Amino acid sequence: MRSRSPLALSRRQRAATHIVLLLMCLPFLMPILWMVTTSLKSNAEIFPQTDEAAITFSLDRIFPDQPQWQNYKEALETGPFVLYLRNSLMLCALNVFGAVASSALVAYGFARMRFPGKDLLFFILIATMALPRHVTMIPVFVIFKALGWYGSLLPLIVPAFLGHPFYIFLLRQFFQTIPTDLCEAGTIDGASELRIFTQIMLPLAKPALATCALFQFLTTWNDYFGPLVYINDPAYYTVAYGLQQFMGNHGSEWAQLMAVATLFTLPIIVLFFCAQKVFIQGVATTGAKG
Amino acid sequence: MRRDTLKGYLFISPWLAGFLLLVAVPFIDSIYLSFTHYDVISPPRWIGAANYKRLVMEDPFFWKSLAVTLKYAMIAVPLGMVFGVGLALLLNLNIRGIRFYRTVFYLPSIIPLVATCAVFTWMLNPQMGLMNSLLRLAGVEGPAWLTSQPWAFYSLVLMSLWTVGGSMIIYLAGLKDVPASLYEAAVVDGAGPWQRTIHITLPMLTPVIFFNLVMDIINAFKYFTQAYIMTEGGPEESTTFYALYLFHRSWRYLDMGYASAMAWILFLIIVAITAMLFTTHKRWVHYGR
Repeated sequence: MRSRSPLALSRRQRAATHIVLLLMCLPFLMPILWMVTTSLKSNAEIFPQTDEAAITFSLDRIFPDQPQWQNYKEALETGPFVLYLRNSLMLCALNVFGAVASSALVAYGFARMRFPGKDLLFFILIATMALPRHVTMIPVFVIFKALGWYGSLLPLIVPAFLGHPFYIFLLRQFFQTIPTDLCEAGTIDGASELRIFTQIMLPLAKPALATCALFQFLTTWNDYFGPLVYINDPAYYTVAYGLQQFMGNHGSEWAQLMAVATLFTLPIIVLFFCAQKVFIQGVATTGAKG
Repeated sequence: MRRDTLKGYLFISPWLAGFLLLVAVPFIDSIYLSFTHYDVISPPRWIGAANYKRLVMEDPFFWKSLAVTLKYAMIAVPLGMVFGVGLALLLNLNIRGIRFYRTVFYLPSIIPLVATCAVFTWMLNPQMGLMNSLLRLAGVEGPAWLTSQPWAFYSLVLMSLWTVGGSMIIYLAGLKDVPASLYEAAVVDGAGPWQRTIHITLPMLTPVIFFNLVMDIINAFKYFTQAYIMTEGGPEESTTFYALYLFHRSWRYLDMGYASAMAWILFLIIVAITAMLFTTHKRWVHYGR
């Protein structure tokens, strides 16, 4: 018989732990399940029947009798969600590219170049992370309005190209771990700083770049405040903003609302299961939530 | 040497430009705006400290929103920490299927916030929502969650607990860093699982707890989207959080000078609370051994 470590749980303790954890799973999963099943129900299944005042829960009410796929079609047509989806994807692509490219460039400057004022500037960069956006958002709004950008997508695109302090910090840490000899070899070969950066450093930094890209995608996909402040033309609505508008205008069409919410969530869930490690390690090492 | 300097600045120029135009200048500008009357349409008019005076002396909604925010910080934040640490401790036990449970608990945190708001608005619908239909099964008629007091506020607290998986992951990472040798030594000394948790695990976790506490309280002051979408601050301002009131002032009433003063007060409160937490942290946060 193998001797057990004193830290191991007894069989009964293990069973009890599993029961507690499985019960805990219910409240965490139920809202997601409810979102998906509601999106496939007919109105007759959602609203109370004439002989009842309100819905009382029963197990056979969780799943729809016949999945109503046309809810999705109707929802997509009611709000022009295909258009919103295109806007969101376009914003995501530009923001991911802009934020990753500019942050990597700046991070490389901070990690490998020597110039006066570097430490002070890096300290300022870190300090700006703690500055709540409320302090700057009004003057920034005034600036964008003065530039004539209010009502366009530019305020939601251009800032991404100016580097993101958090990604700069992450990438700088990463670049600093790459041995200098690699770059010195490049310098001897006469490669320019920009070539060392693009051809030696960037390929090595792929995992860190992927983390930043993922975070930026989530941020842009979820962003509600940006469109709320800057967008007034429905042609530029994003899915996040369109979903909230749909909630306001079609508040009692629960099946369609949940269909849109499901479609909005699906890409994130797929992304999560493809890149679970990046998600969890990213959150765990950086402390960034949500 | 000077070429190096130029090259360095070229590399960091995107951030430098963004910092100057979108952070530094607005930072200074918002101090100025907070001393003006400004409605975006006509130029700002200097009115001295009148905005601050009006906020503190004459605006009951300012105090109400501050009270709502502090109440949230004192109820939702500790609850979230207890649940987050609790789940992390359970998941840190040496059992099978940890990856499955971790995924389940973490999943709600990645659902886009606006979708979460839509789902909870639906679940908390008084007649047809899942919440009250479950309560009816137990013979209880639930409240109109989002439109009655005090339930609207507690609905938002409940919703925040649903996304506790984000902090759970951070605690879990902290637990993995506790050296196994500490536990082995404790076992030799005859400490049971409960004593090990109280005397080793929790003290070793205090740096992570402290970090989350600071972040959660700062986030309470930034709390906006959920209240804006789900309750619009109601009923009777019971969910008008500070950031929501600030938004109403700036973009609903275009009272930008007043809102800038609010933003500065928010900033100073956050700095004060963070500083306060840091002065206490030597007493209860353990770094290393």
